[in-house]
This record gives sequence, structure tokens and C-alpha cells, in this order.
Amino acid sequence: MFAFFAVQSEVFRSPRGIANWLDPASTLGIMAVAVALLMIGGHFDLSAGVMTGTTALTVGIVAVEFGQNIWVAIGVSLALALAIGFFNGWLVTRTGLPSFIITLGTFLMLQGLNLGLTKFFTDTVTVGGIDDAPGYAAAEWLFASRLSIAGTEFRVAILWWVLFTVLATWVLLRTRFGNWVFATGGDEVAARNVGVPARRTTITLFMTTATAAWFVGVTLAVRLTSVQANTGIGQELIFIVAAVIGGCLLTGGFGSAIGASLGALIFGMTQLGIPYLRWDADWFYFFLGAMLLLAVLANRLVRRYAEAARR
Amino acid sequence: MPLLELRDVGKDYGSVIALDGITSTVRAGEVTCVLGDNGAGKSTLIKILSGVHRADRGEMLLDGQVVSFGAPREALDAGIATVYQDLAMIPLMAIWRNFFLGAEPTRGRGPFRRFDAAQARETTRLALQEMGIDIRDPDQPVGTLSGGERQSVAIARAVHFGARVLILDEPTSALGVKQAGVVLRYVAQARDRGVGVVLITHNPHHAYPVGDRFLLLNRGRSLGSFAKGEVDRDELTRLMAGGAELDQLAHELERPTS
Repeated sequence: MFAFFAVQSEVFRSPRGIANWLDPASTLGIMAVAVALLMIGGHFDLSAGVMTGTTALTVGIVAVEFGQNIWVAIGVSLALALAIGFFNGWLVTRTGLPSFIITLGTFLMLQGLNLGLTKFFTDTVTVGGIDDAPGYAAAEWLFASRLSIAGTEFRVAILWWVLFTVLATWVLLRTRFGNWVFATGGDEVAARNVGVPARRTTITLFMTTATAAWFVGVTLAVRLTSVQANTGIGQELIFIVAAVIGGCLLTGGFGSAIGASLGALIFGMTQLGIPYLRWDADWFYFFLGAMLLLAVLANRLVRRYAEAARR
Repeated sequence: MPLLELRDVGKDYGSVIALDGITSTVRAGEVTCVLGDNGAGKSTLIKILSGVHRADRGEMLLDGQVVSFGAPREALDAGIATVYQDLAMIPLMAIWRNFFLGAEPTRGRGPFRRFDAAQARETTRLALQEMGIDIRDPDQPVGTLSGGERQSVAIARAVHFGARVLILDEPTSALGVKQAGVVLRYVAQARDRGVGVVLITHNPHHAYPVGDRFLLLNRGRSLGSFAKGEVDRDELTRLMAGGAELDQLAHELERPTS
């Protein structure tokens, strides 16, 4: 993918170009990694996209409308995200209903809340002026600064993305919890039978996705300093697409964090590569769809191989 | 003293009596076979033994002490391991990951506490070897193993983790004759290591050669508990199918002699 665009566009392969397409890949990648963990654990979170909006708006409203220090706002936002994640996970494990439906419900509720509460507090559909809040400089340094490498400025989110990918990979492959995630997604009943706390694992995974959404939401709020009430809507499917392109099975029990990161990378390259080639940007979704189909077909082979029981 | 003893155990699901008046014993180094047709109450009995359900009546004794398990984990910790028919393993996970699932060895402390993969791999290989199970590569997904191999690995796992009572739920039902023989051999091996085995099956031909004691269930009630010398294979088959019912069926199916 890189070679394809790099050969045809000089801008694409220049350091500045790389910094440009790594940027959308990074925030998407942080979410894709968390969503991949959840998918390996056998669940979906359709509310993940809108949750980045909810957390960003919370930061804005608490910091601007209530005049709090931005770190207080960020803390409130995290508490809210964890609560939503817990609610999703608790409801899914409690009812045994498909997480698709449960989080679709949360998604729609949050979408309504985002719009309603933003209008209630600001009378508009935007929260702005976040950079006037006390403590903004430190928050900007942490979430939205730029690092200069070889004369090119890279967003710090890229660094966070790499860190989260490494951390998630380590957790998946080298901790007990990681083993439980694979087991819960692979066969929940069997996992519970051998003593895996499947319910706790699922709830933790939903809270992880929520935490990632919080991180991305805060990054957006701090970087843009103003947040639209419809932020994040529609992104939830993109996260899932990135995870699937990266090799996660829709049925759970298989996948990797690095794969999801690569999925996000491919997404970022395509999104910016197409305009660099001066192609019509409308083609972007066509490419995305084609990649998704290819990825799903490849995944099917994996599953067949692994489940070809020679009885 | 028996390892595990059931006294008059019963269980209801709402107004349905799933199990009633079950009395039996499991001794170390012996195989107790639970035989019954579909719906006889075998699965309910497993669920009580393995801690999924609590019995509504009667008592369960482990080493002579009355016990009652509220969760599978409690039964496991007491040394009662259960290998379920199709739900023993996660097909997409490597053998060694399955082997240590729920009991992963760790290294390091605090946030650096991690799954000791190298040790897990090596221990899996050794434990399987000890039971005489030849696995090419512990990294291959369990899904690539045959049904018999999967059951064998599950049995080896239970024995490795110090199971004193091993409950096997229909370990041979989905297998061909040869594979079933392989699994029964590992059952015998677990027995020889001093494990008390509860073998649940609807196939008297599998139960008879390996069993020391037979508990027959029919519609949630016990048809009797026999030691090996007290009953022969044909009698077992006849009792299992409901005795008189089978005679009746045989009579009905006979060609009319005119």
C-alpha cells in the first residue's frame, strides 16, 4: 500500500507527507487497538465512535461552561467514559444479549445526549474556547504537542499510538488477562468452565474501549480547542473495519493489536494517498470496502484452517 | 473411606424433578460409570458435582466432609475437575495456552506480572509426554487436533493440575471406535495414577471394560448402583435402555409369526 502511493506521489513519501498520513492513522489506531481487543474478546462496541465525541464535549463543557481547570475536566471525562464502558459491559454480560444491539442503544442515547446537552449549555452545537481553561498548556503538551524529527513535525498522538499498540500486544500475548481475552472470545462457556472470569474480562474490555475513546476525545478537544456535538459519529464502523483489515475475526477469539494498528495505517494512507494522487476523494470508500472484503475472505481461511478438526 | 460420596442427592428445575435420591461413591483409583439414556439426569448430576448447580436435597461428601460448591472454581480448587464433551477447549487457541487456561503461571510482580509462556510451553509438552500423548507442536491450535486428541489433552490437563476426582462428560460419544479406545486408555491411566474417575456415558460397551462401579440413571432416578462383579455387560445394556421397556420394544419389533 505504501509502495503504491509512494511510487506515484512524491508528497506522499516525503517526511511531511508521512507526518500527514500518520496523523489520522494515529487517533484511529488508538481506537482500533482497543476495539480489536474487544473483538478478540467476542464483542462489538458501536458506541465507541460517539463516545470520543461525548468525552471531548465533556472536557469542553466542564472546562468552559463550568470554568474548571482542564485537568478536572479531563478527570470528569474519564470517570464518565469508565462509567459508560462499565454500563455497556455489565448490560451485555448480565442480559446475554448481543453486544451489537446493546451498544447500538448506547450509541443512539449518547448521540442524543451529546446534541441535547451541548445545546442546553452553549445554545449552539459547538463547545469552543477550551484553550482559555487553566492548565491548558500542560494538557496541550501531553495530548497535542508536536515532535520535531528530521525537521518535520510529527503529532505526539503518533507516539501514543505506538505505545498503546505495544502495550496491547504485550497484554494480549504475555499476560493472564490476554489469555482470558482469547478464551472468552473463542468460547465463553468453555472458558468459564475452566475457571476464567469471563464476565469480568468482558466488562474490563468494554471499559478499555471507553478509556481509549476518552483518550482520543481529550486529544481532539485539546488539539482543536472546540468540539462539534456530532464528533465521532460514524467512526465506530471505521474502527471495526480497521480491526478486521488487521485480521480480527468478527466471531471473536482471534486477532492482534498490531494487525489493527496496521489496519489503521492502511486506512490513513488511503485516506490521504488518494488526494495526493489527485484522484477524486469519493473513491476512498470504494477502496475501503474492497479492502474490507479481501480481509474478511482472508480471515475465513484462517478460521477454516484452525477449525478443520480431523475427527 | 470413599473420596467422593453422594447421599440421596436431588435437584429440581422449577416443578420438574431433574434428579432424585441419587446415592453413589467414587474411590481413589477407581472408575465410577454413570450410565443413562438421554434425559436421564446425567448432565444435572455433572453440574452438581462440578459446582455449576447446588443440589436441592441430600448431601455431597468429599473426604467424608459435607461440601457444597457455588461455582465451578470452588469445585476445581477442591480437586474436582470436569472435562466437558465439546466444551473442553478453545479451538482457535494454541495447545499450551489451552492447557494453562485459567491457571496461567506468572513471573514478575506488580504491573510487570506476566504469563510465563516459556514455562507453560515446556510444562505442556512434558505433561502430555508423561501421559503418553504425542503432540507434534504445542503451538498448534487445538482446533487442528482430532476429537480423541482433544479429549486426551483435556484429561492430561486435569491430571496435571492435581485433580483428585475427574469427571468426564461423554468423552467417547462423538468418536469412532479407534479414537474412543485411545481416550479410554487415558482414562485408565488417570485411574492408575490414583485419580477417582466419574465417567458419564450412554454406551455400556465403553463403560464396562474400564468401570469398577456403575450407577444407572433413568428419568432422574437411580436404577441401582453395582460393583463390577455384580452385573454383566448384557444386564447393564438391558437396564440402561429401561429394562422392561426394551423387552417390550423387542416384542413389538418381532416379526409376526403366523
